[in-house]
Amino acid sequence: MLRQIEGSKAVAETVARCRPEVVCAYPISPQTHIIEAIGVMVKAGTLTPCEFINVESEFAAMSVSIGASAAGARAYTATASQGLLFMMEAVYNAAGLGLPIVMTLANRAIGAPINIWNDHSDAMAARDAGWIQLFAETNQEAADLHVLAFRLAEELSVPVMVCMDGFILTHAVEGIDVPEQRDVDAFLPSYEPRQVLDPAHPISIGAMVGPEAFTEVRYLSHLRQLDALELIPALASQFASAFGRPSGGLIHSYETDDATTIVVALGSVLGTIKDAVDQRRALGDQVGVVGITTFRPFPFDEVRRALANAQRVVVIEKAFSVGYGGVLAADVASATHDASLCLHSVVAGLGGRAITQHGIETILDDAVRGHLGSVTFLDLDLDIVEAERARIGNERRSGPSAENVLSDLGAVASRIG
Amino acid sequence: MFQIRFHGRGGQGVVTAAEMLSVAAFDEGKFSQAFPSFGSERTGAPVVSFCRIDDRPIRSREPVINPDALIIQDVTLIHQVEVFAGLSSEGYVLINTSKSLDELGLGDYLSTFHRERLLTCPATELALEHLGRPLPNAVLLGGFAALTSQVTLASIATAIRERFIGATGERNVAAATAAYQLVMKAEQEFDRAATN
Repeated sequence: MLRQIEGSKAVAETVARCRPEVVCAYPISPQTHIIEAIGVMVKAGTLTPCEFINVESEFAAMSVSIGASAAGARAYTATASQGLLFMMEAVYNAAGLGLPIVMTLANRAIGAPINIWNDHSDAMAARDAGWIQLFAETNQEAADLHVLAFRLAEELSVPVMVCMDGFILTHAVEGIDVPEQRDVDAFLPSYEPRQVLDPAHPISIGAMVGPEAFTEVRYLSHLRQLDALELIPALASQFASAFGRPSGGLIHSYETDDATTIVVALGSVLGTIKDAVDQRRALGDQVGVVGITTFRPFPFDEVRRALANAQRVVVIEKAFSVGYGGVLAADVASATHDASLCLHSVVAGLGGRAITQHGIETILDDAVRGHLGSVTFLDLDLDIVEAERARIGNERRSGPSAENVLSDLGAVASRIG
Repeated sequence: MFQIRFHGRGGQGVVTAAEMLSVAAFDEGKFSQAFPSFGSERTGAPVVSFCRIDDRPIRSREPVINPDALIIQDVTLIHQVEVFAGLSSEGYVLINTSKSLDELGLGDYLSTFHRERLLTCPATELALEHLGRPLPNAVLLGGFAALTSQVTLASIATAIRERFIGATGERNVAAATAAYQLVMKAEQEFDRAATN
């Protein structure tokens, strides 16, 4: 049933319908209403059997998830930003051990400078951890991806991270059809672990593996991720028949059939991009969009096929590797390996800066007319940057850049977006 | 699409107001979206929230830059924040104050807009009268329904009751109804003045 509810609430209800047996989380910032709502359901007895464990840190949250999963429980947690970094050692362990934990990542920037707003820096920091990473375009998809995530994780014994834009999705109230309990039960069988700590049949999990076998164990993890490239489209197709709407999959294309310029992006910004594309099409530009739903494993073949007829590709991404450039742009470049393709990397929306339809249309306009550079930081205030560069050049003790820039900028309370 | 921007201060229910309006529109079979401006939510700090209403699915995730309507919950913000930024020339404004636009010194500033679409409403006074607390958010939604006809007062009342259970909900509905009537009366006076 379609209801007008907050994204976090819809995800909490969906996760509850996936019948997690252990949910553990560190309950202070950066945390979302998801965990709060699940905590309420466990306390009220509406989500049962389920143990909600309030832990002392994010590191403990993931460690307890690992223990619960190894003991055969369906385990779930959620985090964001610095919380993900704090649990990172255990994040790698969950993947290395092949434990099918599902975690929501409410994407936020990573400090310093301190920032609580949305971007994809946290997800990119965990890119190589061995988790499957799925990105939601809407709150409907964010809810649906959790059902798919448990199924995928448990079939492959790989942990899955569902990435949804912090604030932009988590705090948005919109019409969402939370998957019905009977449909979730039919789609998601009870968890049958591939490995389990059972006192009746004692085993150990977590062996030390030396050079003699480390490569092989890691390669097996790689193969499981490659298996996911086969399984994800199959599950998306099953989901569409079972729930009557498309969700998940590897990529989504929009208006790409005749497009000579294609935008590639992750997450909720795809909605604004589609509005921009419609507007540019009305003016005669042949533009389209490819949304990457599955970022890890990276769907090289699908991306290559989707971009095969494009002359120009503009990758808009909410994170970058400092000293390198756009991470998604690099992945797209290696998928296409076409020297004649003009590939533009646009870094946008860092630390919560609004990505507007106007900004995207300007980028598309520049791209179509051949005025867009290879790497662009959208809406960058060069005057502010140059003032600080001059300060650094002129005095040895120029002070902290963040404070200097804020001081140069003056009051910002009046800015909308 | 009809886009509304709410300006207020932390503690005034700015985010809740946008959410209730989106629920009211949803209940009328429309597509709607509400979201906050994502700042650190501190009591007294300027807070902005947004609502979009449309007859087709809403894809945009950008903040409301060119609002069709502004609801200003705290009148002291008009000199501190660019509350009128991007307002459409056809736009509506509802300000929580017992003063008139001229008394606020806004008469000249807003002279290019449709005068009958710019109204003030003593929502804090109505809230104190009906709720005993200075919470203007639900009250102003009643005024908004009268000013713009984007949603009905009945849908606003349903959304308020959904959010505030029991007596609190009823008191908020009573205050919103009073605001609705005040705004309707002001509109009728504009109509009469226009006819004369």
